Amino acid sequence: MSGRRISTRRIFARPARFAAIVPYVWMVLFFLVPFGFVLKISLSQTAIARPPYIPVFDLTAGAAALKAAFASLSIDNFRLLVSDNLYVLSYLRSVVVALISTSILLLIGYPIAYGMARLPKRWQGVAMMLVIVPFWTSFLIRIYAWINILQHDGLLNRVLLMLHLVSQPVVWLSTDSAMYIGIVYSYLPFMILPLYATLSKMDTALEEAAADLGAGPGKVFWLVTFPLSLPGVGAGVLLCFIPIVGEFVIPDLLAGSNSLMIGQTLWLEFFMNKDWPVASACAIALLVLLIAPLLLYDRLQRRQLEAQ
Amino acid sequence: MAQRSLSRFNMASLTLGLAFLYLPIVILVIYSFNASRLVTVWGGWSLVWYRELFNDSAMIEAAWMSLTVGATSATIATLLGTLAAVALSRGEGFRGRTLFSGMLYSPLVMPEVITGLSLLLLFVALDAERGFWTVVIAHTTLTMCFVAVVVQSRLGSLDRSLEEAAMDLGCDPVRAFLMVTLPLIIPAIVAGWMLAFTLSLDDLVIASFTTGPGSATLPIRIYSEVRLGVKPEINAICTLVIGLIAVVIVVASLASKLTSARGESAAPL
Repeated sequence: MSGRRISTRRIFARPARFAAIVPYVWMVLFFLVPFGFVLKISLSQTAIARPPYIPVFDLTAGAAALKAAFASLSIDNFRLLVSDNLYVLSYLRSVVVALISTSILLLIGYPIAYGMARLPKRWQGVAMMLVIVPFWTSFLIRIYAWINILQHDGLLNRVLLMLHLVSQPVVWLSTDSAMYIGIVYSYLPFMILPLYATLSKMDTALEEAAADLGAGPGKVFWLVTFPLSLPGVGAGVLLCFIPIVGEFVIPDLLAGSNSLMIGQTLWLEFFMNKDWPVASACAIALLVLLIAPLLLYDRLQRRQLEAQ
Repeated sequence: MAQRSLSRFNMASLTLGLAFLYLPIVILVIYSFNASRLVTVWGGWSLVWYRELFNDSAMIEAAWMSLTVGATSATIATLLGTLAAVALSRGEGFRGRTLFSGMLYSPLVMPEVITGLSLLLLFVALDAERGFWTVVIAHTTLTMCFVAVVVQSRLGSLDRSLEEAAMDLGCDPVRAFLMVTLPLIIPAIVAGWMLAFTLSLDDLVIASFTTGPGSATLPIRIYSEVRLGVKPEINAICTLVIGLIAVVIVVASLASKLTSARGESAAPL
């Protein structure tokens, strides 16, 4: 019986594998190949032309031309990235902003996820739905909602004035605090959901046992709950950190223009300066920065799939 | 037992957290019905900004572009994403499987500026005219993985003896899939389509890179207006988008309810 089941599965698997062909070709064509273009253009020189770069190699030109082209590859764009403060600073700023935001997200997201996991079972689904819904609502609209609140005579300032907490309106827009509010607001569901997934599956008997053996609530949390929730913490931190490093919209609309994140620099180089090679070099630099966290995330995901 | 119950701290963090998530959106919606031009002064309820909005032909055009791009790309992404999910969950091992799943799932976390830039460079190299179809291709690439995740998790929880029974009774694999598996995963496919549609409707960065002059999507249009400051018309268009997304969420959650109901009725077999 079981032998027959396995052979049936194998027969089913053959056409199922064919199903991969079209999406496979699509992803190679529109995901993998484009990265080759980014790499290629990041190694070419800027030119005032359309498109604004000197092509590095042309596959139709034959092997000799190809060899000559390889000799002309230039790492000038990368040299520029390292030597010009603008790029180094925006690179650093991206990492710092992502680290600070991710820490705030963890601090805010953990108690919320913990509260959700302690709700009665039938309310947990409702709470999860309530956390997911804002994720479906447009990113841009949510940032715009905060501009409404944070502007000079916006709701926040009027509430603060009414409560006599400040004597005159505070400048919120175009500051780093506004940006952090925007980032935390936008990415909160990404932090809560993986945390909730681990916390809700955790066996509460372990916490009860620790409490019965005389550990106080703080000790129970740090010695039992938190260590057991580390996979969720890892997934949440990476799920927030990686996209925040490359974030463009939030710093562009909420932070001041004095210091830029790498995503903004890339955008400016591309749309304002029309310097495609430098923009591509920025993208490669960003990707290099993210390789370690991306691989880590991939490993976590695989381990979780295996555990299931 | 004390640990299981909700402490006051749990309750407070939940309430504050949800208030933080919802308050800004609620305020935005309320102010879209404000009669006053000043966004900060309440002048009574009015629909004046909605009327204004319908006279803004550039905004209407952008909205239409976004809706058509969203529907087209979501449909292609659903087709391809479902195929990918079937291959990954039923195809057992095949050559290049790791590369395939790696490529499929990386747009989930890849910064949008990189995806956008790389696709644009491809389109320029191919000398493709940028506009509707380039954005559709870009959004399909972005959203396919979300469909694949939703459908794959449904396929994973499905009782495989159903399709095996169909094959034992003489169905060939394709027929078994179409007659047995497909009807069972339809709700997940619907939910995947909805998710792909809203993600496409939401995207600013990738669309900015891949669209051409004269074919702005709604987020591109809103973004350029928002940069100039807060305007009541923007509150109105945002409220309409939120309303549309709310409808989509209700449909998607009904679809996933159907999924679990069918899953339960299928389980005893």
